[in-house]
Amino acid sequence: MSKKDLGLLILILAVGAVVAIINPRFLLPINLANTSNLIGLFGILSIGQAFVIITGGIELSVGSVVALLGVLFIDFIATRGMAWPVALPLILVLGGIIGLAHGWLITRLKLQPFVVTLCGLLIYRGVARFYTADGTAGFAFGQNFPELEFLTAGRSWGVPNSFIALIVIAVVMWVVLHRSVFGRYLYAIGKNEEAAKYSGIRTGRIVMAAYVICGVLTALSAIYFAMYTRSISPASHGQFYELYAIAAAVLGGFSLRGGEGSLIGVLLGTVLLQELQNLVNLLGIPSSLNFAVMGGVILIGVLVDQQWGVFRARRRMLEATRKGVAGAAAE
Amino acid sequence: MSTPSRQPQGDVWKLSKLGCAGSRFALSRRSIDGPREARQSESKTAHRLLSGVMNYSDPSIVASTDAPFLSLNGVRKTYPGVVALDGFSIEVRPGEVIGLVGENGAGKSTLMKILGGVTRPDTGTIIVDGAAHDGLTVEASIGSGIAFVHQELNLFENLDVAANIFFGREPLRAGPLKLVDRARLRALAAPLLKRVGANFSADTPVSALSLAQQQMVEIAKALSIKARLVILDEPTSSLPIAETDKLLGVIKALKADGISVIFISHRLHEVERVADRVVVLRDGMLAGTLPKSAINHDQMVKLMIGRMLKEREKAAESARPPGSVALSVKAIRTAAYPDRPVDLDVRHGEILGLAGLVGSGRTELARVLFGIDKSFGGSFQLDGKDLVLGSAADAVANGIFLVPEDRKLTGILLDLSIAQNISLPNLPAHSRRSLVSASAEAATAEKQKTDLGIRAPSVQTRTGTLSGGNQQKVVLAKWLAMKPKVMILDEPTRGIDIGAKAEIYGLMRALADAGVAVLMISSDMEEVIGVSDRIAVMHEGQISGILDKERFSQENVLLLAVGKQPK
Repeated sequence: MSKKDLGLLILILAVGAVVAIINPRFLLPINLANTSNLIGLFGILSIGQAFVIITGGIELSVGSVVALLGVLFIDFIATRGMAWPVALPLILVLGGIIGLAHGWLITRLKLQPFVVTLCGLLIYRGVARFYTADGTAGFAFGQNFPELEFLTAGRSWGVPNSFIALIVIAVVMWVVLHRSVFGRYLYAIGKNEEAAKYSGIRTGRIVMAAYVICGVLTALSAIYFAMYTRSISPASHGQFYELYAIAAAVLGGFSLRGGEGSLIGVLLGTVLLQELQNLVNLLGIPSSLNFAVMGGVILIGVLVDQQWGVFRARRRMLEATRKGVAGAAAE
Repeated sequence: MSTPSRQPQGDVWKLSKLGCAGSRFALSRRSIDGPREARQSESKTAHRLLSGVMNYSDPSIVASTDAPFLSLNGVRKTYPGVVALDGFSIEVRPGEVIGLVGENGAGKSTLMKILGGVTRPDTGTIIVDGAAHDGLTVEASIGSGIAFVHQELNLFENLDVAANIFFGREPLRAGPLKLVDRARLRALAAPLLKRVGANFSADTPVSALSLAQQQMVEIAKALSIKARLVILDEPTSSLPIAETDKLLGVIKALKADGISVIFISHRLHEVERVADRVVVLRDGMLAGTLPKSAINHDQMVKLMIGRMLKEREKAAESARPPGSVALSVKAIRTAAYPDRPVDLDVRHGEILGLAGLVGSGRTELARVLFGIDKSFGGSFQLDGKDLVLGSAADAVANGIFLVPEDRKLTGILLDLSIAQNISLPNLPAHSRRSLVSASAEAATAEKQKTDLGIRAPSVQTRTGTLSGGNQQKVVLAKWLAMKPKVMILDEPTRGIDIGAKAEIYGLMRALADAGVAVLMISSDMEEVIGVSDRIAVMHEGQISGILDKERFSQENVLLLAVGKQPK
């Protein structure tokens, strides 16, 4: 865990302590379980986003993909009678295909990630609304999928299974990002794609793989979101989720230029965001201020981090100069 | 690291031992502690003796020789753990061209930063035009007429020449809109361009200019702020010969106008040609001053590193006759010259020099040979077998490696450690079950660090903190850690100090002796002729000729480079 991550963790604990003192309901098991469920849902797609951001790219279509794939998943199992063990991998594959398409457009046709995924944001939202004719996709009365519901919205020993899924995914992805050859390539490309290419790395494939990972993880979270809300109105479902994911990554120390950030960072970023949401609810702050609180905290966080870096560099410089002068005087 | 306690007297002794005429004057000026007047009169005499070419019939110049435009006295600057400049003194007179040479890390950049007002010296005084300062600010530096032309040009390629010269100081039309008066802008720029001998007009877009022409624009810009001292930082490092001549001409024109020039270069023969006086820096101290009559290559090198260079000569001696053809390309065409097919053979065990003017398509050829760019048609053969290069990864897999021209942009990842850079092209070999093995990485890097003499605290050091020469060694190390068959080096010694240069020449020769086919692209004529076994010369996208060792001469290379037949 880096110093940055540690600082973030301390901030999370400090905010938590303050909220708990003002409103002890923060620590009620039901509140903690709800919050950790949301952390699980948002955490999965934030990890996906992190893989794209590390390459210096961005994925703006996350929210629309959550809506489209959520609608499709519910439609497959509720209306078309597809068995969920078939529908689930199918949705994941669809997510992967969306990611592959984005990656292909970005690496082969040299389009800018922002543009490609912005178009995706618009297209998938439109398709989702068209697919249901702007209606709400949901389950019929009495329709039950006990195993699926347990896996997605259920709890084990009081812990939401979505949160457990996040932890499992995070552990796997931590190894991939921080220990694997692929992860090293991702960082190298994020730091300097040209130099990585000149080192014989097939940068196009690696970047494409990052978008595929993002697509698959987004698809997985789309299923979790669908099973959590159980009914999806495609016009608003998942709106701004890409921004939650980007915010979590930025809070967690990712640079949008690429090549910087850690998996623990993005996890902690997600936790802090959800904690803030919870804070707004518990402290009786008007929920309309929700976004303002989030934006403010992110801004302050990034500012403090940056200024702290400047301060440390200056202090190091001063110390060294003093040493240098002292050395000169001693001669 | 420098040794701050060394006394300047040591250098006096060293210089007088070299027996170069006039050098004692140069140094006695610094070491005499007598009354100020005596010192000045002596320095005047010394100056007269030293500057053989100055035109004394011009009264304005004679008058101005009395007062140096710039003088630094005992300037010291320390950075964390390093004494960058240690009691350095220099005087620059109007119309004087000073060659400033020294290895990387000798303190040249620090000196430039102090003169540019970017950093303040710890101690010492700076006297500009009679006014003494403890340290300059950027504004003071510009205001007193000190102008810089950097190695990396700072021009806006999308604007025209005049707009670049007067950027931020454009003449405005009357009226509230403050529109730029374009006609006046050009009228103002034209005489400046004439002064630097430019053969292009003020409305030419900068993107259409050659590097030397862009440098002329920079110098014109310096003149436009009424510069009295122009500092040229490695201006010729990326220029081919013909363009270099133009630039040296411009320096002479500046001198004739009474403008002082500090010319920093690693290319000693150019310093030799233009400098009135050469100041050699070593370890942040004045290693010596050479008057006009004593300026020569060997003296400068001696002062810079205190020993003679035999490495280039050694590099030129190949231990074995060249072997079979390693890489053979037929009729390949680059994007820069899609209508010019190139045929080229590189043999095992030889260093093939690839000379030519900048823009002749050498780098583009290297990029195609390394698979970064696609070739338009043509065929590749490696050791007699057909080869398809779809990407750099294909080239790397076949043992064709490139040390690119732009080290910081494409050669290495500055943010990664030495070990991570070295393992990057061969990461699967440094991993177990797709997971990177840090110990395997470190082991490979340690071996390369020892073999190549990479100077760094450890292999975990961030590459960005290393000097240019050591960064270049890291680029070489990552390829040497694999098995190279064909090694392409694009300007391998650009901007690195003379000591590291020699080591890189030695490495290239060692590679060739081990049977590797070495293709070296270089704009440094001395280097091409000194190091290569054969020289291929490119002209406008094509190989205009290949010279064997018997026919090596600067003239022949130059003739081929401009598309004429050699003698």
